[in-house]
Amino acid sequence: MNENWLHIGPLEDIPRQGARVVKTAVGEIAIFRTVDDEIFALRDKCPHKGGPLSQGIVHGKKVACPLHDWKINLDSGLAVAPDVGCAARYPVRVVDGMVSLSLAPGSAGVPAGESA
Amino acid sequence: MARMKLVLVGNGMAGMRTLEELLKSAPDLYDITVFGDEPHPNYNRIMLSPVLAGEQTVEQIILNPREWYAANGITLHTGRKIVKIDRKRRYVEADDGTRADYDRMLLATGSKPFILPVPGADLPGVVGFRDIADVDAMISASGEYKHAVVIGGGLLGLEAANGLKLRGMDVSVVHIGDWLLDRQLDEPAARLLQQNLEAKGLNFLLKKQTEALLPRRSGLARDARVTTVAIAGKPAPTPRVGAIRFKDGSEIPADLVVMAVGIRPNTALAESAGLYCNRGLVVNDTMQTYDPRIYAVGECVSHRGIAYGLVAPLFEQAKVCANHLAEHGVALYGGSMTSTKLKVTGIDLFSAGNFMGGKGHEEIVFQDVGRGSYKKLVLKDNRLAGAVLYGDTLDGAWYFELMREHTDVSDIRDKLLFGRNHLGDSGHGDEKTRIMAMPDSTEICGCNGVCKGDIVKAIHEKKLFTLDEVRAHTKASGSCGSCTGLVETILAATVGGDYSVAPSKKPLCGCTEYSHDEIRAAIVENHLKSLPETMRFMDWKTPDGCTKCRPALNYYLLCAWPTEYVDDAQSRYINERAHGNIQKDGSFSVVPRMWGGLTNPKELRAIADVAEKFNVPEMKVTGGQRIDLFGVKKEDLPAMWKDLSAAGFVSGHAYGKALRTVKTCVGAKWCRFGTQDSTGLGVKLEQLTWGSWMPHKYKLAVSGCPRNCAEATIKDFGVVCVDSGYELHVGGNGGIKVRVTDLLTKVETEEQVLQFTAAFAQLYREEAHYLERTAPWVERVGLSHIKEKVVEDEASRKALAERFLISQKPAQVDPWKERAEGGQRHEFIPIAVIPA
Ligand code: SRM
Ligand SMILES: Cc1cc2nc3c(=O)[nH]c(=O)nc-3n(C[C@H](O)[C@H](O)[C@H](O)COP(=O)(O)OP(=O)(O)OC[C@H]3O[C@@H](n4cnc5c(N)ncnc54)[C@H](O)[C@@H]3O)c2cc1C
Ligand code: SF4
Ligand code: FES
Repeated sequence: MNENWLHIGPLEDIPRQGARVVKTAVGEIAIFRTVDDEIFALRDKCPHKGGPLSQGIVHGKKVACPLHDWKINLDSGLAVAPDVGCAARYPVRVVDGMVSLSLAPGSAGVPAGESA
Repeated sequence: MARMKLVLVGNGMAGMRTLEELLKSAPDLYDITVFGDEPHPNYNRIMLSPVLAGEQTVEQIILNPREWYAANGITLHTGRKIVKIDRKRRYVEADDGTRADYDRMLLATGSKPFILPVPGADLPGVVGFRDIADVDAMISASGEYKHAVVIGGGLLGLEAANGLKLRGMDVSVVHIGDWLLDRQLDEPAARLLQQNLEAKGLNFLLKKQTEALLPRRSGLARDARVTTVAIAGKPAPTPRVGAIRFKDGSEIPADLVVMAVGIRPNTALAESAGLYCNRGLVVNDTMQTYDPRIYAVGECVSHRGIAYGLVAPLFEQAKVCANHLAEHGVALYGGSMTSTKLKVTGIDLFSAGNFMGGKGHEEIVFQDVGRGSYKKLVLKDNRLAGAVLYGDTLDGAWYFELMREHTDVSDIRDKLLFGRNHLGDSGHGDEKTRIMAMPDSTEICGCNGVCKGDIVKAIHEKKLFTLDEVRAHTKASGSCGSCTGLVETILAATVGGDYSVAPSKKPLCGCTEYSHDEIRAAIVENHLKSLPETMRFMDWKTPDGCTKCRPALNYYLLCAWPTEYVDDAQSRYINERAHGNIQKDGSFSVVPRMWGGLTNPKELRAIADVAEKFNVPEMKVTGGQRIDLFGVKKEDLPAMWKDLSAAGFVSGHAYGKALRTVKTCVGAKWCRFGTQDSTGLGVKLEQLTWGSWMPHKYKLAVSGCPRNCAEATIKDFGVVCVDSGYELHVGGNGGIKVRVTDLLTKVETEEQVLQFTAAFAQLYREEAHYLERTAPWVERVGLSHIKEKVVEDEASRKALAERFLISQKPAQVDPWKERAEGGQRHEFIPIAVIPA
């Protein structure tokens, strides 16, 4: 697929075990950074009732939605059972400490960032 | 790398639970082989009673179907009995010659029914009550014969008798003791039980000793002692049992005899392999036998001299054992306290601990024969040592918890017998009857919209045993937790046995084996000063914790090292990280502090200006006597706080596990009834306590007289002014479950009020579990304990108050001002804006 990599900013601007929001014309996208510096991008909208996932607590490769505590897998965008639902994923990568994002949504099953 | 080989001998409840726990934490460590001598996959043995009673089918009680073993890569051999363990060459061998090598082995061979050594015990028609085969035998006998005799008036015996009666047999229960369930009940409760069961049509023969089981008399052989009739050279079939004779010479007919006089740990295999057994296969606190490669769990085991016969303790053993098999090596099993329930539909009984009392024990008894209700509590040294409940068992779980926590009950002794509902709580009625009568469509969990039917269905279909499992699968009680009691009741009623039994120790969360208290102690003793350090030191099972443990650890560290610890913002919930309440659309609310609820035109004008400037869509006077601005965009927060800060406001912490508000009333300054300056005192208290982080939200109030307009008696700490001074009340809660405060003490001066306020707050900060409000904390530790530390011991009070003041120094920095000046900027602005 032909990604258009958009420059976002330095990795260090995203707190470890945290997230930052990118505002785009297609809505807000959350970029997460895990404890061991993996990064993931999901649409900033919980599949439950639209809670802003960027505001949740990041633990392991999951984020807990701040509104009703659904856990969402960062690599797949899928809610952890028994909840069912999915937040769209976007390809994201770090090159030389700089984060870039593509707005071509990642396809289900392929971790965002690896589809390049 | 080649995986290690693990062999499980005994395909039953304890062994399989251990494997499930093991697969959760170390799915790839072993190649696993399971041997079971029953022809079935693992099933819920407890439910054999409902199966016998015709309330469930065998299919419904299977816990791990064969596909489960396959899906987890486990080799399963059913119908094969292990007859040999070769510990030198490390293999096991089954009766059909099948062999399996092992690096580690788990023995979980359960127990065997004890069969009375009387003549005739081996006749056909004499069975135990242990497995599916026994139940099949009973069910087919019930179709052909009339008279059933159950020997043994214990739990199993009564459940067997009840089932056989429901299957249409005439059932007599023979019991050697003076009353039924003599190991679980005292005599008065047992009499009530007997009456109830007699009303269901059962016969009881108490104080009877069995001498012999006699074969069936055929038409030809009238003498019962003639047992065989040879026909045409063939050996005659052994006749079936026909009667039972007692020591006193009397006889009753018996076409089916169920022996339910007790169980014996099944250690034959272990003994043949030379493993040390002493009334059970002996294990240490890690569930290891004397052979370090061999672990054991379940009813076959003797731990610190005790062999348990109920699943709750066995599941605790399973957890510990799995932890060691997974090579985490941190968990220890310290034994369990058990409680009892009888699974006979329509009969409620509960017993736990030492319910017979004895020297040095006191008893509190309530009896209402007409209503069929009986309660007995046994106290020792002001602590609950045992309980028997018959009829109304709703409070069983609560008594059990008081026993486990060794709570000093002297302050609630007068109300103890009437249950938790009568303890300063005015909310709930007779829950159990209500819950069980509710239709399936009744919503139980208001937060997650889970109905009773959903919960019951999940328990059946997913074979759930514990509250945690029900939470994980249905979400019920997973949010605010107020329906926990309801869910536990449904769980207990649905699965029958008392699974909701609290374990002897509750780990903080799934990431650790340690309890809140152990973790708090370790932080202080070992000078642990950061989250990663604590997790490493305490062998956390996950790399960076979860949403339960991270905020808790962050608080515990902050409380232990107030002047050194650097707060971990990423381990706080969004409200505390962003210093506002997140709302349903992702916007935030802003509640500036109004000291003691006082305000003036200048402040009101400043708030009005801010509201206009930032287009605040709605404002409201809160229940905490201040003003709330709703729907503020996250990006606007710092600028808005800047204006508020300039007008002299600080954060109201309406979002935090922290001091919230100090509600006050008019007081002596204006009110014709006021006895003291309640408003002024409220302001002083708020200035003392604002900014403090707490285990949970924390609210104060000061009322100027006993009319109590500030509702001080439902606050965490409430002051009621009286002519001669100040009454101090603690542990109130106006939220989900209303609890009225307990009176802590009465003091005479404002200085004393301030000191007691600080001391009580600090004790709560240092001792409560994270997310435990003062109300449940006071109930858990007992008011006496708090009085001891805060009222009776002056030195302790002073030290506590002093520690509070030290913690307050770094805490009383306005977080809004810091952020208005640029702190944590990344929290409030997007990292990038990409135009269309
Ligand atoms: C704003 C306010 C309602 C109002 O308009 O009056 C309020 C609003 C919320 N309350 Fe409350 N409570 C408010 C006074 C109360 C009171 C009354 C009081 O304090 O006198 C109570 C009962 C008294 C008590 O706590 O004992 C109260 C008992 C609760 C509870 C139940 C607590 C409990 O222990 O059972 C919760 C849930 C929780 O904390 O887990 C809660 C939780 C909430 C939350 C924070 C829900 C949430 O997590 O998002 C609400 C935020 C709404 C929002 O979008 O901003 N609120 N809440 C009040 C703020 C007071 C203030 O000035 O800070
Ligand atoms: C009718 C009934 C009702 C009960 N009700 C309750 C209740 O309400 N609440 C409660 O807490 N507990 C109850 N229990 C007790 C509970 O079922 C047991 O505590 C629990 O099943 C014990 O688990 P275990 O794994 O130690 O033994 P088991 O579940 O008995 O498993 C042991 C397995 O090992 C097999 N085995 C033994 N030796 C060998 C060998 N050499 N080779 C291969 N396989 C072997 C056995 O056949 C058996 O399948 C009840 C028990 C019964 C029988
Ligand atoms: S403000 Fe309080 S009572 Fe009202 S909806 Fe929110 S949590 Fe419930
Ligand atoms: S909106 Fe995310 S859990 Fe409800």
